[in-house]
Amino acid sequence: MRGAAALGGTGAGARAAWIAAALGMALLPLAHDRYLIGTLTEVLIFGLFAMSLGLLVGFTGLVSLGHAAFFGTAAYAVGLVSTRVSPALLLTLPAGIAAGTLAALVIGVFALRATGVYFLMLTLAFAQMAYAAAHQWAWLTGGTNGLSGIPRPSIPGVDVGGAVPFYYLVLLAVGTAAILLSRIVASPFGAALVGIRENEPRMRAMGFDTFRLKLGAFVLAGAAAALSGALYAYYNGFVSPDDLYWTRSGEVLVMVLLGGAGTLLGPAVGAGAVLVLQNLVSSLTERWTMILGAAFILVVLVAPRGLAGLMADRWPRPSSPSA
Amino acid sequence: MTFYLLQALNGLAYGMLLFLLAAGLSLIFGLMEVVNLAHGGFYMLGAYLALSAVRWTGSFWIAAIAVPLVLGAVGFLLEWEFLRPLYRRTHLDQILLTFGFAFVFSDLARWWWGADVQSLAPPPGLDRSIPLLGTFFPSYRLFVIALGAAMAGGLWLGLGRTRLGAMVRAGVANREMAQALGIDIGLVFTGVFAFGAALAGLAGVIAAPIQGVFPGVDFETLIVTLIVVVVGGLGTLPGSFWGSLLIGEVDTFGKTLVPQMALVVTYLVMAAVLIVRPTGLFGGRPR
Repeated sequence: MRGAAALGGTGAGARAAWIAAALGMALLPLAHDRYLIGTLTEVLIFGLFAMSLGLLVGFTGLVSLGHAAFFGTAAYAVGLVSTRVSPALLLTLPAGIAAGTLAALVIGVFALRATGVYFLMLTLAFAQMAYAAAHQWAWLTGGTNGLSGIPRPSIPGVDVGGAVPFYYLVLLAVGTAAILLSRIVASPFGAALVGIRENEPRMRAMGFDTFRLKLGAFVLAGAAAALSGALYAYYNGFVSPDDLYWTRSGEVLVMVLLGGAGTLLGPAVGAGAVLVLQNLVSSLTERWTMILGAAFILVVLVAPRGLAGLMADRWPRPSSPSA
Repeated sequence: MTFYLLQALNGLAYGMLLFLLAAGLSLIFGLMEVVNLAHGGFYMLGAYLALSAVRWTGSFWIAAIAVPLVLGAVGFLLEWEFLRPLYRRTHLDQILLTFGFAFVFSDLARWWWGADVQSLAPPPGLDRSIPLLGTFFPSYRLFVIALGAAMAGGLWLGLGRTRLGAMVRAGVANREMAQALGIDIGLVFTGVFAFGAALAGLAGVIAAPIQGVFPGVDFETLIVTLIVVVVGGLGTLPGSFWGSLLIGEVDTFGKTLVPQMALVVTYLVMAAVLIVRPTGLFGGRPR
């Protein structure tokens, strides 16, 4: 896991990677390329989404197949509030985060009663329930048509209607969330989560209330996913049941696994890789879902530790005995 | 009263369909500890292939026999080529692999058969309603009930009374011990996986005249099947059977009595069962 550590651990290499990524993200919009800015905004939003799932998969050892539930719920809440009440950022963003976090709390209480395979199935089932609800309760959610015409958030004194200002808003939100997440991962709480991943019975024997710790991680991940879902609603201007569908949950899981679970930056890198691939592929063919599935199969078969693991094997760190 | 009896029969027919799906999923899990997330894909491919087969051959019965064989072969290849190399890794990797295949199957079907809802006519002889309880009931649904009951009986006998069934049960109980006794457990895995895929394909063929087939039906079905096995208890045949009947009835009555809440009712049953018995009605200790 040497390379993986460098992509998200606490060493100097990790710090350099983070700083380089932050600088690049801050300066790239100066290129004034609308396409580039749009792609970057998306990478940031989905990078946060992937990081939030990474907290569960990589650190706590909880593989959720229903992470889109929180992303989509938040996006719907933002859509509803901004089209029916007010597009004020101070109203829509808390509404979105609260809705997604609440969903995570409710689903977590049930799903975390189970472990392993049962947990995986329950998260998938609950997320599909949210999807079906979005489909059936058309009076609230617009049914299959979804909610359209979601405006960019309004902030007193600042106009984030344009692509570049909105990009910086997203950068600020995602950057703040990423810093918070990395602090949490490095905290005793984060260490306890890794302990659960490695050996839950032992953690319990040592007196940790592992259910509450796992629920804490699940709700936290739900809140971060909700933030990304809220940003996505502003960015896309449109929410549909597809944002709650299993393919959305699967997509973000591919991002996490492709980038390499067990770090925070890994999933974000995975998100970037998947989105760039999607942009390249979608101009050539409509069979994106199939390519995503093939990517899933390939990653599991060939690179179970993700890109980070591959890089670690390919380019060993100079300090290590040469391989 | 007649209304409730007819709805109960409808629920029984749906439950029997669910059993064909749940039995395969549950057996595969009991043996290999892999939840096959492509199971709904097998079901969907079964229904679509039945449409095409009926178009080519004109016979529902040829489709009902050929399609499960084809899907059994697909299941065989999937297990042999892709799952087998992962035996040394965690079960999670195998589950994720089946998730990848679920994506591929889903898109493949959309590509080949399009995005419209399609349906299949019941075979001649079973395409009309017969007098029952002073009213009329579709004979095809009675056929589905009979078929499901026959499959359940066959599986129960096959697992309990034959040498092959004993090998499978030995594998479920203790894989290493079974291997030490000279059972080629890898071959048993492959066989059970292929058999589960064939059963799911059969369910797809049988369901096509009742429910139709459309993109997304794969995951819709997978979720209901997962609920069934979670409620019944993963890895147990009686659990699959009674879980299927329970969810079949709950879903049918939910849809007719409280249509707006139909979806929620099934989930409420699942939540209630899990709170009382986290491993399902027939499940043992958590594994």
